[in-house]
Amino acid sequence: MGNPVKGKINSIQTMGTLDGPGVRFVAFMQGCNLRCGCCHNPETWPMDGGEEYSAAELAKLAERYRTYFGNDGGVTLSGGEPLLQAEFAAEFFLECHKLGINTCIDTSGSIISDEVLALLGHTDRVLLDIKYTTDEKYREFVGCGMDKPLEFLEVLEKRGIPVTLRQVIIPGLNDDAGNIKILRQIVAEHSCIDKVELLPFKKLCSVKYEKQGLDFRFKNISEPTPEKMAELQKLLDEE
Amino acid sequence: MEHKNWNGFKMGKWQDEINVRDFIQTNYKEYTGNDAFLEKATDRTNELMKKVQALFTLERQFGGVLDIDTATVSSLTSFSPGYIDKDNEIIVGMQTNRPLKRGVNPFGGMRMVRQACDAYGYKLSPKVEEEFRFRTTHNDGVFRAYTDEMRQARKCHVITGLPDAYGRGRIIGDYRRVALYGIDRLIEEKRKDKAALKNGCFDTEHIRLDEELYQQIAFLGYMKEMAMSYGFDISQPAGNAKEAIQWTYFGYLAAIKEQNGAAMSLGRVSTFFDIYIERDIQNGTLTEQAAQELIDDFVIKLRIARHLRTPEYNELFGGDPMWITEAVGGMGEDGRTLVTKNSFRILNTLYTLGSSPEPNLTVLWSTKLPEGFKKFCAKVSVDTDSIQYENDDLMRPIYGDDYAIACCVSAMKVGKQMQFFGARCNLAKLLLIAINGGYDTTSKMHIGPQMPVLSGESLGYDEVVERFDIYLKWLANLYVNTMNIIHYMHDKYAYEKSQMALHDTDVERLMAFGIAGLSVVADSFSAIKYADVRPVKDEEGFICDFETVGDFPKFGNDDDRVDLIAKELTHKTICELRKTPTYRQAIHTLSVLTITSNVMYGKNTGATPDGRKAGAAFAPGANPMHNREENGALASLNSIAKISYDDCRDGISNTFSITPQALGRTDGERVDNLVAILDGYFAKMAHHINVNVLRRETLMEAYENPEAYPNLTIRVSGYAVNFHKLSREQQREVISRTFHEAM
Repeated sequence: MGNPVKGKINSIQTMGTLDGPGVRFVAFMQGCNLRCGCCHNPETWPMDGGEEYSAAELAKLAERYRTYFGNDGGVTLSGGEPLLQAEFAAEFFLECHKLGINTCIDTSGSIISDEVLALLGHTDRVLLDIKYTTDEKYREFVGCGMDKPLEFLEVLEKRGIPVTLRQVIIPGLNDDAGNIKILRQIVAEHSCIDKVELLPFKKLCSVKYEKQGLDFRFKNISEPTPEKMAELQKLLDEE
Repeated sequence: MEHKNWNGFKMGKWQDEINVRDFIQTNYKEYTGNDAFLEKATDRTNELMKKVQALFTLERQFGGVLDIDTATVSSLTSFSPGYIDKDNEIIVGMQTNRPLKRGVNPFGGMRMVRQACDAYGYKLSPKVEEEFRFRTTHNDGVFRAYTDEMRQARKCHVITGLPDAYGRGRIIGDYRRVALYGIDRLIEEKRKDKAALKNGCFDTEHIRLDEELYQQIAFLGYMKEMAMSYGFDISQPAGNAKEAIQWTYFGYLAAIKEQNGAAMSLGRVSTFFDIYIERDIQNGTLTEQAAQELIDDFVIKLRIARHLRTPEYNELFGGDPMWITEAVGGMGEDGRTLVTKNSFRILNTLYTLGSSPEPNLTVLWSTKLPEGFKKFCAKVSVDTDSIQYENDDLMRPIYGDDYAIACCVSAMKVGKQMQFFGARCNLAKLLLIAINGGYDTTSKMHIGPQMPVLSGESLGYDEVVERFDIYLKWLANLYVNTMNIIHYMHDKYAYEKSQMALHDTDVERLMAFGIAGLSVVADSFSAIKYADVRPVKDEEGFICDFETVGDFPKFGNDDDRVDLIAKELTHKTICELRKTPTYRQAIHTLSVLTITSNVMYGKNTGATPDGRKAGAAFAPGANPMHNREENGALASLNSIAKISYDDCRDGISNTFSITPQALGRTDGERVDNLVAILDGYFAKMAHHINVNVLRRETLMEAYENPEAYPNLTIRVSGYAVNFHKLSREQQREVISRTFHEAM
């Protein structure tokens, strides 16, 4: 084997409780192919930057937190878009599996390649963001067609990889019953999806945009009310 | 030996010797279920609690002290009985004759009593002044013996908070003995011990013990008298659950009437009580609801316990604490859990009576605890911020399975070990004194060995380490000798007669030293090693500030480069302390715990090489400095877990604050994740953690509008406080601390 491929990591959160089941070591990877309007990690967009780790180094670091993972926790690769560094991610997950650590990726599911397929072979769970439920909105506010994540979901379905479907609720864009109805349909058609999370759009990240001199596209959109979130959740859960 | 009140208990050697542990092990019933059996407060409890809340409000409006009896010296029998509402109380007994009225206790020192009275607008009665004119107090004794250097060290705050002006506390009587055996049997056993002394050589130690036993026996008698004034004869063993709780409480009450020590901890009573409760439930004389009511009433009594303190004392130990620490849960040496239904009931008082800092409920955590109990504890933490956790898997191999916690983090075998409390020395100040060759720039005093001020453009790591070691050696020796004087005098003039009567005669003693500023010093050494630290001198040529150029590893990021410096500091400190022998052959121990004194210590310490400004607060206990953690909460926990309990047998305190959002999305997730974090942290052989699950904004609102948050309880360093009872400065420091937030 030649030199091990290095991963570019933007930052590490040793106590992740929001990105996958249980307590997780979350590495936010550098670089993203999309430009979602609601993105709360714009610092991970550029392909350059971040700190370089070999898969073994990152696994060794994650191992320091193994006692906290309990039965449900483990590692999550988030970003950025972890699929852009699929080769590294696969190696990292392989190392984690050797240590008995559960693996999870948090992705927009917009890339399918041989490397990505290989990565899925070492992935215990996928947190898949379905940003909107229309192709039109996908193209306008994400930067790819809706066919991409759906195609990715088919792969997960075929392989039987457990999926947590996630959607950030953004007032005026997807906080309507029609959207929830389509989400429900997607869930119904895929047995691999065992959990759906509706997450409220947050504006805490606007300072990050300012700091980087970037325009926060959704700066004029307000955060959804707890009542609205409860209402949509109810629509989602209805039998 | 047999007694009718023991009917229904399994026999064992506990009958023939004083051995509460054996009684517990032979008779308790472990409980591995969940919290579903718990009952709510009864109407009676709610009514009584309303009266207590009204008294708390009044106390707050009176500036923190409701009333002082300035003419009656607090002792077991000096006050007539007091009640909140006589007809509706189940467990009775009060320190003075009225709830929240504080007595005066000059045995530790007269000055503090006088000042405390003055501070709240009272004047100590001339009668008491006269009574004590011809008496030597502990404080008098200490200051007769202190050397000039000891006075200097105290004055410049390199050693502070020493118990030389009031009771030393940190002693836990085995109050359960009163219930299990009754006073007469305890007196009988002590008489036997005293009689057995006749065969020994009557040297100083022997004579001292002989006299102490005389005093212990006398005070067991007063305990009986005190209980009798409330209409109870405690000469015989308790006959049911109510009596067991009442008898035990009388033992504790005697201790807090006699002594005003900083920490007057309760021990480990919940599972002991459970045995009596189970027997009564079996007999059909008690229901679950009535059992909760008994515990509730007991806890109400603990919540109204008070001591009279001065404002200076409050600066060190903010929030008017008593440290009525009760150790809950843990595992037995035989592998059964010591969790019983009553472990749940005592935690449940945080719901039945509302959240509260006292008693200081301390869960002895083991990764092997039953899941139902783990989850209940986590839920209580998320809901109330009122409990702390200590590692039973770490302590059980050392102390067995019948130890308890004094104050915040001090483990000791109940009734078999006691502690000589010794506050803490300020390592950050020591570093500055070392760099300046024996000069403290804050107090402008020369102290310790006199050497040249370190010279050179930048501080050299090896040179500073070498210098620091010289001064550490000096301070350690001074510190031990100072403590020896304090505890000699405390034994001589303010001996804990009630509490020691509830110990084995042949007791093991621990001498507890402490350090403050650990993360400041670790980060300072790291800065000197990995960055460029340039000293700034004042006109007189002393180093008063630093310019630190470049980055350096900081404690709290799971980075061995600096974490091992912190670990080594504690190791070096205890090794140096051990070189000076202690009074009564006590075992040297060390804590990394500040209580709220981290604010005061910081105020009295100049700028440090880590970039901390002169006067800025230290982090509490073993915590990393505020807002220096960059890799999330677990990295910070891992850093602290590296400090060895072998070096710090008196405890390593960590205060952990996290927002609810960062712990998970739903209540269920938060509970599960907190359980995972506690399991993970303690699997790393960490010692202690205070858990706060709250938003910084809540504290800021409480800061602006204290009346709206009268019961807001938060964990500080090894104990909990009502936020409103902290000084404004302490409140600001708490708000400025790191809160682990969701990204």
